[in-house]
Amino acid sequence: MILQVCTKVCLFIIILFSVHSFFAGHYEPGGGFIGGLMTSGALVLLLIAYDMKTLKNILPIDFKYLIAVGLLFAVGTAAASLFFNVPFLTHAFGDVQIPILGETALHTATLFDLGVYLVVIGVTMTIIQTIGEDE
Amino acid sequence: MINFLILPILVPILTGILLLFLPRHIYLQRWISAISTFGTVMVAASLVQKVYQDGIQTLDVSSWEAPFGITLVSDMLSATLVLTTSIIAFLCILYSCFSIGEARERFYYYPIVQFLVVGVNGAFTTGDIFNLFVFFEVMLMSSYVLLVHGGTKIQLRESIKYILVNVISSALFVITVAYLYSVVGSLNMAHISERISEVEQNGILTVIAILFLIVFGLKGAIFPLYFWLPGSYYAPPTPIMALFGALLTKVGVYSIMRTYSLFFYHDYEYTYGILIFLSLLTIILGVIGAIAYMDLKKIIIYNIIAAIGVILFGFAVMSLDSVAGSVYYIVHDMIIKAALFLIIGIMIKITGTSNLKKMSGLIKRYPGLAWTFFLAAVSLAGIPPLSGFFGKLLIIRGGFTEGFNVGAEIVLFSSLLILFSVMKIFIYGFWGEPRSYPEDEKTPVKSLLIAPVILVIISILMGVGSEAIFPYISLAVETLLNPDIYIDAVLKE
Repeated sequence: MILQVCTKVCLFIIILFSVHSFFAGHYEPGGGFIGGLMTSGALVLLLIAYDMKTLKNILPIDFKYLIAVGLLFAVGTAAASLFFNVPFLTHAFGDVQIPILGETALHTATLFDLGVYLVVIGVTMTIIQTIGEDE
Repeated sequence: MINFLILPILVPILTGILLLFLPRHIYLQRWISAISTFGTVMVAASLVQKVYQDGIQTLDVSSWEAPFGITLVSDMLSATLVLTTSIIAFLCILYSCFSIGEARERFYYYPIVQFLVVGVNGAFTTGDIFNLFVFFEVMLMSSYVLLVHGGTKIQLRESIKYILVNVISSALFVITVAYLYSVVGSLNMAHISERISEVEQNGILTVIAILFLIVFGLKGAIFPLYFWLPGSYYAPPTPIMALFGALLTKVGVYSIMRTYSLFFYHDYEYTYGILIFLSLLTIILGVIGAIAYMDLKKIIIYNIIAAIGVILFGFAVMSLDSVAGSVYYIVHDMIIKAALFLIIGIMIKITGTSNLKKMSGLIKRYPGLAWTFFLAAVSLAGIPPLSGFFGKLLIIRGGFTEGFNVGAEIVLFSSLLILFSVMKIFIYGFWGEPRSYPEDEKTPVKSLLIAPVILVIISILMGVGSEAIFPYISLAVETLLNPDIYIDAVLKE
């Protein structure tokens, strides 16, 4: 009971922290790998406090597909340079006007990092789930 | 298009990712992976043509200039090896469609084969020593999965050994790269080569050279480091065995050729002396193993080891002839080993055993299989019109003219014993009284035979048309013998 209540409080703090370090990766220590590990750490906490079923109710996704989606993001970002006839993996950046946030500096390396982030979550959760479900 | 040389890596990786989404749709997986691998073959073939016409292709990934970013380099050697890899992968996938079984196909078999091709093609193409390590790992991770895929008892046991050996050799690889980096301060291969020639390969660099020989020797199975190979390659199903036998060890051999020709050519007597010594012992050991066993798989597996010795001997002699011979021989050997593994896979499928003494008379019911095997066998031994001949001829000629008489004689004599070992299969397996086998009717021999027949045809064409491919080979040799060509192409001086 205590664990479950604590989890409810901590879960969002951990996820926020992981998202923060994911976005801070360009200027400060952090990035896709550590962010992904911390997000999956939060999900593992959920697994410990509740059970596999609860996690599946909250997040009804197959984590194996998450790996594939993440890889697609990473390779897709890299391969997009093919269309602009610049060397593979060349990144682009610029200030973009976004309706709510206003002018924001965006860099395609973030998309690559998002791929890393998703792959790390997918791999960690797949490992833990398959070992956990194993009889 | 400037990104052309990355396509043989990019096509399989995108296919692999796509196939991850469709684990349950077996037919779709087969079609997609066959079609896309065929696409890889086409792309690789046009890459060879492009390198032939326009010289060495380089690509500075992410637009960072040469020594600072990762550079991918396709010279003739790597382009031909990429083409050979793609052809073999295509045919092994074709073979897998009929033989690997739905249980395995359902568990990500095809995506992992694609990732293996990514690793091998990447290792052949990269121009950065640490990136080479990464592609080695991509290749090895996929090979771990393929080796254990299916989870039979023998596969589990052998994959423990295989993973243990490769984890250790990978750690040694990282350590060696760390030593090299602390001496020369660069990871770009062309830049490393330039800096090593500035300091004239002093003692520590020779030590690093030998460490690289140990690392790549472990991957490529040369004499004292081959011990893991016979057991590990014995375990997996046929198409996986063919992929391993044709591709994995050759990446180690290619890496030895690349690092030794580019980095460590200053102290010829010592570094190359060791290489020649070890390669000759490798030939002797491989041949002894090949004639010792009465087991189909073991015979072909020991033939891999013997062939690695021949290739490395030809390379280490370092004359124009012998290097051309070993480049020719490496391509020939990849193709013919894949063919042999696929053929003995069919034999094992029909008879249900890999013991030669328990089979006989297959030629009566399967003449096509028998004569395909016969052609592959004589090509392996090096009978004149076929592809095994020219490589060995050049290697032996190079050996004699450079004064390595004993070595050349060993290569010559090894051919005889290799011929003996494969003819043993032919005599015991195909001749004699036909027996009845449990799996006789159920094996789809005709469709399984497509892939090996194509491989044997390629091998025959390579032999008959050796005049036509010789310009390509000599272009590859030119870069191996003059590292300056490679350096100039990468650093654009």
